[in-house]
Amino acid sequence: MKNKERPEGLLRARSRMRQFLDSSDEALDARMADAQTQPAASDCPPVDVEYRRMIEEEMQEEQEVAARMKAWNERRGDRLGRGAYCALCVLACTAMIALFLLLVASLPEYGSADHPVNNEVSARYIESGLQETGAVNIVTGMILDYRAFDTLGESSVLFTAAMVVLLLLRLDADSQAYSPLARAIRQSPHSDTFYEPHHDVILQYTARILVPLVLLLGIYVVLNGHLSPGGGFSGGAIMGAALVIYVTAFGFDSIRRFFTYKTYQRVVLCALLTYAFSKCYSFYTGANGIHSVIPLGTPGAILSSGLILVLNICVGFIVTCTMYAFYALFRKGEL
Amino acid sequence: MQFVQNFPFFCILLTLICAVITSVLKGAAARRMTVFVIGAVTAMTAAVAAFTLSTGQSYVYLMGHFPAPWGNEIRAGALESVVMLVFCLVILFSFMGGLHKSILQIEASKYNIYCIMVDLTLLSLLALVYTNDLFTGYVFIEINTIAAAGLVMIRQNGKSLVAAVRYMIMNLLGSSLFLIGVVLLYTITGHLLMANLHESIAALAASGEYRVPLTMAAGLITVGLSMKSALFPFDTWLPGAYSNSTPTASAILSSIVSKGYIFLLVKVYMRVFGLDVIVSLGVCDVLFVFGAFGMVMGSINAVRAKTTRMMIAYSSVAQIGYIYLALGMGSVGGVLCALWHVVAHSATKSMLFISSAEMDEASGGTHLRADLRGCFYRSPLAASAFTLGAANLVGIPLLSVFMTKLLLANEALAAGGRHTAVALAVLAISTLLNAQYFLGTATELFIPRRDGQQGQAVRIGALAAVGLIGFIALNLILGFFARDILAALADGLARFA
Repeated sequence: MKNKERPEGLLRARSRMRQFLDSSDEALDARMADAQTQPAASDCPPVDVEYRRMIEEEMQEEQEVAARMKAWNERRGDRLGRGAYCALCVLACTAMIALFLLLVASLPEYGSADHPVNNEVSARYIESGLQETGAVNIVTGMILDYRAFDTLGESSVLFTAAMVVLLLLRLDADSQAYSPLARAIRQSPHSDTFYEPHHDVILQYTARILVPLVLLLGIYVVLNGHLSPGGGFSGGAIMGAALVIYVTAFGFDSIRRFFTYKTYQRVVLCALLTYAFSKCYSFYTGANGIHSVIPLGTPGAILSSGLILVLNICVGFIVTCTMYAFYALFRKGEL
Repeated sequence: MQFVQNFPFFCILLTLICAVITSVLKGAAARRMTVFVIGAVTAMTAAVAAFTLSTGQSYVYLMGHFPAPWGNEIRAGALESVVMLVFCLVILFSFMGGLHKSILQIEASKYNIYCIMVDLTLLSLLALVYTNDLFTGYVFIEINTIAAAGLVMIRQNGKSLVAAVRYMIMNLLGSSLFLIGVVLLYTITGHLLMANLHESIAALAASGEYRVPLTMAAGLITVGLSMKSALFPFDTWLPGAYSNSTPTASAILSSIVSKGYIFLLVKVYMRVFGLDVIVSLGVCDVLFVFGAFGMVMGSINAVRAKTTRMMIAYSSVAQIGYIYLALGMGSVGGVLCALWHVVAHSATKSMLFISSAEMDEASGGTHLRADLRGCFYRSPLAASAFTLGAANLVGIPLLSVFMTKLLLANEALAAGGRHTAVALAVLAISTLLNAQYFLGTATELFIPRRDGQQGQAVRIGALAAVGLIGFIALNLILGFFARDILAALADGLARFA
């Protein structure tokens, strides 16, 4: 949205708020009841109502097909065969449960001092993790420095998953592969909120307070990842949640003012490339025995622990964008 | 350290970086980028193979500043680099051979995602082949699974979506079983690095301590990976996934994705458990039985298949059966035979998928086996490639799969007892069935149609021709130089454990 005026939705929400405050309790109740039974039908342009009718017809057809499938499934195969199948399933599951219980019983006792996990590997992580990685939070030091290759792989898993979800759910308006109905739904402005009240005032006012706080918490968790519990993955999830709250309250038009598909692409591109190139440097110097010029800094300071802070920020961006992209794609089929 | 020793690491990072960049590219640029990546990785892998073969040594490469049990590392030797080189060539030829069809079949705005999926499959394959750490293996199994699901559903029609759902259910189950196995091994040994695991497991096996978790871990890892590589009772996802995608995707899925898991399984057996521990835990006998069933059942299903692609897909089940039967022999010779078949089958199966797609198009967009009669006169190159692949899988001497059957028969004779009888019997039955469906189809291609209307000779695209000629050359080289390549693999395998 490039125009400088306030978005229509916000103005409408404000006027409705004023009406609520001015009107008496009975009128308020009536309006609330009206909003529940006919979700925002008064707000929608008449085209929207038309789309809604089309969707309801489609849903009815789907239910009929589902009923026919169910009937067909019930006719197929005799009772005895299905009974035997169920019995075999129960038997197999019981056998697996027994096997796994036996397995758990024969594992070393959890938390005991002579557990095989307490060996030289974990000892070095705990004893010299701080000196070697500069990270007060040993877990972060482990995943982003000692075993950084695995974590690079995990970030690529997120990238892979986001790409497959894009492939599966992103609707291309110009494509001829979709039915006219699918395209109509995609183009209608309120396609994903037919059954919810539009511009829910309570949600919007809560979100106005919550979103900045949640975002701030997420940023703190990411930036402090090497000093206290947290890091890119958890902080990114928190920031992603903030974006999800924002879009639920204010709608896609509002969030597209600062977060579009292009933004998503660019942020993920930059974050993953930064991650990959900084790891290129550190792997190359490590394997060839070249001294790395990146200082570890004073442990405990915010600017310390070498590349870990940078990597945490990259992971944070990737996770935030992926979380939000999943939500948007599953809800609306586009970013 | 010599510069060439950095190449496996360069390959992994280059593939990742290019996959990420491809996400902002469109159509033609994405295609060029992908061809560049595959070509560069192939060249670098060839250099690594030359280096490891000439020095006769394998080496480990640190991924970071910390030595192995604490940090990550990868390992490259003759075995890894030669197998990877064949995989790279197969991906390159498959991508080029199916390029034209993929442009037609995939939505234009999502073409770059298809290229990303090919890149990521290559990335995960590189990591699976070179990894020296069991958990790194799991991380890249995840990437491989998701990227392959993307390839299955790339055409976005009803059938391919159903196939993708089936694929995901079976493969995620397989991944989680593998993960449980890895966690069990970590719990009883405290290690994830293969060399350290090997030491600890040898000690545990000798002392008899933690017998149940050890057996369960071996069982879960085996079942998980065999599910993902479509061993017979777990093959229900395979035909749909292979036959409803684009030709390139089918070729990559059948010859690369499933083989990567088998390579990892061999790695786990040889480098983590040790072959004698695996044999003593009884895992090999189970694999032997399922492999034998797979060889026969896959072939029977292939005989009954109506479309060419379905036939080739079911034939994969039979060929995977060969690999597991060889592993089930429980001897080093059996493992070598399995590895050889991984290489030979991946080169042949991808050629069959690419050439059958060309033949279908030349025969008027059909998919039925019955309509392919006289196809040689319409599309000589594709028909020749198909015939070569078919003859190869039947086991004509001088070609690569003949070597598999020879090695397998030798191992069976050496094994003695019931193993000999069963292995030779299923080998004979499976070969006869192979000959029935493959030679039957291949002969049809050369028989003119009765009405004398052979149809116009269809011009094949330049890139598809390059891909097919590359495949033919690769298969002939694998056949003619089987002894030398086998010697290199045997040498690598000896240094593997």
